Amino acid sequence: MTQPGMTPEPSMTPPPSVMQPSMTHPNVRPFSFTAADQALADLRRRVTATIWPDKELVADASQGVQFATVQQLARYWATEYDWRKAEARLNAFPQFITEIDGLDIHFIHVRSQEPNALPLIVTHGWPGSVIEQLKIVEPLTNPTAHGGRAADAFDLVIPSLPGHGFSGKPTTTGWDPIRIARAWIALMQRLGYTRYVAQGGDWGNAVTEQMALLAPPGLVGIHTNMPATIPEAIAKALASGGPAPAGLSADEQYAWDQLDYFYKHGLGYANEMANRPQTLYALADSPVGLAAWMLDHDIASYRLITRVFAGQAEGLTRDDILDNVTLYWLTNTAVSSARLYWESHLAFFAPKGVSIPTAVSVFPDEIYAAPRSWTEKAYPKLIHYNRLSKGGHFAAWEQPQAFSEEIRAGFRSLR
Amino acid sequence: MTQPTPIQPAPTPPPGMTSPDVRPFSYTASDDALANLRQRLVASRLPDKELVADASQGVQLATLHALTRYWGTEYDWRKIEARLNALPQFKTEIDGVDIHFIHVRSKHDGALPLIITHGWPGSVIEMLEVIGPLTDPTAHGGSAEDAFHLVIPSLPGYGFSDAPKEVGWDPSHVASAWAELIRRLGYTRYVAQGGDQGAGVTDAMARQSPNGLLGVHFNFLSSFPTEVLAAIFGGEFAQGLFKRVAVAVVASRAEKEHAALAAVEALFMRGYLAEMNTRPQTIGSTLTDSPVGQASWMLDHDTDSYEKISRAFLKGQPSGGLTRDHILDNMSLYWLTNTATSAARLYWENAQSIAAAIASGKKAPEASVPVAFTVFPGEIFQAPRSWVEKVYPHLTYFHEADKGGHFAAWEEPQLFSEELRAAFRSLRQSGQGKVGNEQRMHS
Repeated sequence: MTQPGMTPEPSMTPPPSVMQPSMTHPNVRPFSFTAADQALADLRRRVTATIWPDKELVADASQGVQFATVQQLARYWATEYDWRKAEARLNAFPQFITEIDGLDIHFIHVRSQEPNALPLIVTHGWPGSVIEQLKIVEPLTNPTAHGGRAADAFDLVIPSLPGHGFSGKPTTTGWDPIRIARAWIALMQRLGYTRYVAQGGDWGNAVTEQMALLAPPGLVGIHTNMPATIPEAIAKALASGGPAPAGLSADEQYAWDQLDYFYKHGLGYANEMANRPQTLYALADSPVGLAAWMLDHDIASYRLITRVFAGQAEGLTRDDILDNVTLYWLTNTAVSSARLYWESHLAFFAPKGVSIPTAVSVFPDEIYAAPRSWTEKAYPKLIHYNRLSKGGHFAAWEQPQAFSEEIRAGFRSLR
Repeated sequence: MTQPTPIQPAPTPPPGMTSPDVRPFSYTASDDALANLRQRLVASRLPDKELVADASQGVQLATLHALTRYWGTEYDWRKIEARLNALPQFKTEIDGVDIHFIHVRSKHDGALPLIITHGWPGSVIEMLEVIGPLTDPTAHGGSAEDAFHLVIPSLPGYGFSDAPKEVGWDPSHVASAWAELIRRLGYTRYVAQGGDQGAGVTDAMARQSPNGLLGVHFNFLSSFPTEVLAAIFGGEFAQGLFKRVAVAVVASRAEKEHAALAAVEALFMRGYLAEMNTRPQTIGSTLTDSPVGQASWMLDHDTDSYEKISRAFLKGQPSGGLTRDHILDNMSLYWLTNTATSAARLYWENAQSIAAAIASGKKAPEASVPVAFTVFPGEIFQAPRSWVEKVYPHLTYFHEADKGGHFAAWEEPQLFSEELRAAFRSLRQSGQGKVGNEQRMHS
């Protein structure tokens, strides 16, 4: 992969104090999205006309996403689900598009009313989107109304990754997490922020860590809910499929067991997307196929979603899940988003040498719950480490209150 | 390798198709199904074009676009349907699963019964062009002594065979079913052939060594001693980053067969292996609803066949039998029978049985029958003779063909047929008296 060049910033941006709440930069355009009635009708028609495989031959998820779950999802999607609600909710946020490095980047930008709010850029992952982050906008930007103090306030920037959601689809190769990190730095600069923090999980973590490695002057710290901490010896043992090294602590053993399962049973989608993203035409043509593929991200979130469609109340609702899948469908971004796996040559869970202050929140149902011992080695300037009792891969989406409190606590020392 | 599952035997029939458990079969797609397929093809929603000038991001948009257009307009399923129905096709229930097969008996006395097993993403359609040369050699450049009686089954979960309702139909189980099928057809001496998953099944047959199996022929190397796999790969096998060709990596490390090693490593880059080994239901849920999606997934099997098939659609230059119509015959068969998911499960089953074998530490029995092997130059990897000898000590024939790829019988039916004639010739000679008596008894 050649290193991408950045487009130089065309003009200086005024400091935040003189900026309006909305975007005053000439290259930042307001954005809203309204799906065509025809697109929604076509979606419903396709869901209703789904051709189904026969049921899996096992009583669990060991052959993949289960027939009953996908059927429940499809029934709800075709009948009760209403995209217009999600659309209205999105359009109620200040959304913008700005071209960076030749690509249109979509983002939500919500400024706090609090004068000393800390600017924070939050990056989603796959199969996520800005929809994952909507529930934390209020707690983070308006903390006094949500159990926090004025001193906890953030200005929030929530971009859509290239090829995801309303951001443009790259038409050339090279948009790996490093290039995206450069674009995010440019975005924060364009918004006039000179002192800010960054946060992410999944690919959002990869991008956030690369921002930290690029070390722009304004970036004072990061928070991650999917830290890359796996020590080399552990990674080797996992790759060989061999037994766990002796002498692991209880937390390390728990992480090992999660990773061992993921490596043995859960990497199929990542392998396909990393090598053959274009082959996944079925996801562009079949909404139910797209949903099944997106549900199969990690076993814990799959189980949670299965419970949700079986009628159990959990951190996510049926609408949450379908808002996100519908966004992928309406923007036809299954393949363009899969290309991020192809673009990245970074070892996903290996420590990257981040040397700026780092806050880590560990949710128990994440792909792996990073032990403190590994985390301290991966992030020498660890300013916050907390293990939560509940939550998984989509932490902000699933546990917005706990997640928001983690963000406040994680960055408190940097204010 | 797991132990073969016992198959419930049926009464031994007289020769030919007289067993009461064997029913004639033909298939006619409904007009509705064909109209629905065309309507879906026309309404296909495609992603944006790949960002590269080659196939390094997967199946290219232009290829798929051309395929979809041809499939939705000019292609005619009724032609292949008529051709299939002109062949003697049958179904018979074995161990609870209705197995479909083509059975063509040669007119020649002394014809050697041969069971050919297809793989993924193939079907019996791969084998249609070898029926003439193998059963009627005198009309296809061979001699009467080259004749075969042909049995071409559809794997469980593939084509017109039923999909298993229970887990456990791994290649070893299929191999046991094939032995029962052959027995049910009244053959007591026969040979077997396979490539791809068919090689896995045929390998299992060679190791089970059922009564009457004289020898086998492979056009794909699929096996290696379990203890070597366990020693070198350990539990990595369970990760799904393997087909049974993974074995070749083992050998290559020892032998530094760099070209083959690179090819095998490239195979591992094919995500379809990892996905179907671990999540057949997930990928199946995407493929059964989208003909264009299913086509793409099936096209992405190996570089050589993908490039050849792309040329057929983009430039009208098919390689041998890999014509647009033949490719779409096979894809339409998968579509009309809704077998994308059930077919993918064979990978899952295979992965389960290999993981179990590794966990148990049991050594697979050695193939005790003579083994013949043909290497086709376009195959995923060109198995060196030394690897094949290591896997099969009773190697009686080894030849490197000068053209053809993964779908050898489909692409180069004449060459493939000549290979089978040559490969099995010595087995006929050594057992000629017995085979001759057998055939007279059956005729």
